[in-house]
Amino acid sequence: MAERELKKKSSTTEHTEETVEEVPPASAKGEKLKAELDDLLDEIDEVLEDNAEEFVRNYVQKGGE
Amino acid sequence: MAIPKVCGIETEYGIQVLHGDPNPIAASSVLINAYAQDVARQQVGWDFEDESPGNDARGYARQGSMAPQVETHLLNTVLTNGARFYVDHAHPEFSTPECIDALECLRYDRAGEEILIRSMEAADASVHDGRTFVVYKNNSDGKGNSYGCHENYLMDRRAPFARIVHGITPHFVTRQLYAGAGKVGAETATHEGRRTGFQLSQRSEFFEERVGLETTLKRPIVNTRDEPHADPHRYRRLHVIVGDANLAEVATFLKVGTTSLILAMIEDDVSGDRDLELADPVRAMHEVSFDRSLGRSLPMADGTTATALSIQWELLARARKYTEERGLACLGTEEVGAEVLRRWEEVLHGLETDPMSLARQLDWVAKLQLMEAYQDRHGCGWDDQRMAALDLQYHDLRPSRSLFARLDTEHLVDPVSVAEAVTVPPRGTRAWFRGQCLTRWPTAVVSANWDSLVFDLGTDPLRRVPMMDPLRGTADHVDDLLQQSAGPSELLDRLSS
Repeated sequence: MAERELKKKSSTTEHTEETVEEVPPASAKGEKLKAELDDLLDEIDEVLEDNAEEFVRNYVQKGGE
Repeated sequence: MAIPKVCGIETEYGIQVLHGDPNPIAASSVLINAYAQDVARQQVGWDFEDESPGNDARGYARQGSMAPQVETHLLNTVLTNGARFYVDHAHPEFSTPECIDALECLRYDRAGEEILIRSMEAADASVHDGRTFVVYKNNSDGKGNSYGCHENYLMDRRAPFARIVHGITPHFVTRQLYAGAGKVGAETATHEGRRTGFQLSQRSEFFEERVGLETTLKRPIVNTRDEPHADPHRYRRLHVIVGDANLAEVATFLKVGTTSLILAMIEDDVSGDRDLELADPVRAMHEVSFDRSLGRSLPMADGTTATALSIQWELLARARKYTEERGLACLGTEEVGAEVLRRWEEVLHGLETDPMSLARQLDWVAKLQLMEAYQDRHGCGWDDQRMAALDLQYHDLRPSRSLFARLDTEHLVDPVSVAEAVTVPPRGTRAWFRGQCLTRWPTAVVSANWDSLVFDLGTDPLRRVPMMDPLRGTADHVDDLLQQSAGPSELLDRLSS
């Protein structure tokens, strides 16, 4: 309960002044994000190490700090 | 009044050799040598005169505690930007020069990445046996081995260490909400049952103690290394070992900015009405890392509970009140201090309402979004080896391979200023004097460390110039002196007159 109050208090005092930006509708924004991620995934499919298992197994770091 | 929070970041990079001898010490040496000889074209060694990492801030050494060894035989260089670039155990390590605020610290941390990228290229070109050197900015190999990204903050010696421990622990437990670099699965024995899945932090699960001197085993949330690299009667250097190495610029900026601010409040003995002491900080730190809902209740020492987010909101509210009353001078410039507060609130608000909206700001969110999208496309789960591969390759510094570099994350420092920071020191600390002397008279400076420079003027004996105050030797202090001195002997004459 205490934590809830704490959070509320901060939220109301800190966020009242926020400017309202023009945001595209959620669905359009989601579509754009998905398209960008798709392009990124295409690229990642190209650069990701071919043999994931061997790549991960060979990465060993001993000693440090 | 709190003193300026001079700060720096030391990063141990993961290193791997493809097609050749995998010895990491040899590989790190090739890497740093190649940079010093072929890129920087100068090599000034490190001076170990004042190294004492075994001193404990609590004023005693615990029985059986393992003080770090100083490895004087391994390759160690000082760069013209005032940084130290060296082989630490089995890793190449880059320590930024002393910076006056979080934004400058970010800029030099980014310059460090650039230096490692140039080092890889130079190392590949320097060997003729087909070896390829690959460097990762991460903190674990996924097999139970962790290496650090340590921060350092200048503090007033008068602040009692017990107050620092009490005041900073809640922040160190909860700041991973935005400073975590994200990781697939768990790798320590404590979390045997959590081998798959995703956690916020690379480092958190490796912490086992509240307070201590060690850095490599039984890691403590608050490290007690008392090695100020400055006048020990006036200053201490808080050596912070809990952090992840961040690639996202907003994450690095906030990690350093928020910590500086809370340390300033501790120095001024400012706290809030509620005691934020956690009942079990070590356990809480692990739980926060594994809690993707960000809503788990943590038991507090006073018997109540709090979420990590509510602790961060409380710290922010205190910081706002503190800075309204006392200003932002301890955080460098007014603009940087205001930006820390603004970003801090923005990120907490994002975490509270829609964490995935922070994919351009925070490493763990960026990484998680990428992994979930990959899982959707390829119909695989967290246990698929490609998740661990994506995790690792996120941190690969090679531009041709880095997954992080392919993401559209937000930048706070422009590439031109990062490129400048590769060779030019920060203006607002003693790093300016160190870097300028190295730039102007590379052959006369025989060695350097954080708090002194040693000159060889061709006449016996060698001359050591102490720099015991990190806030002196700035561009404002010494530029006239440097410009009026035709050579190093004239500089030393003017300094001693």
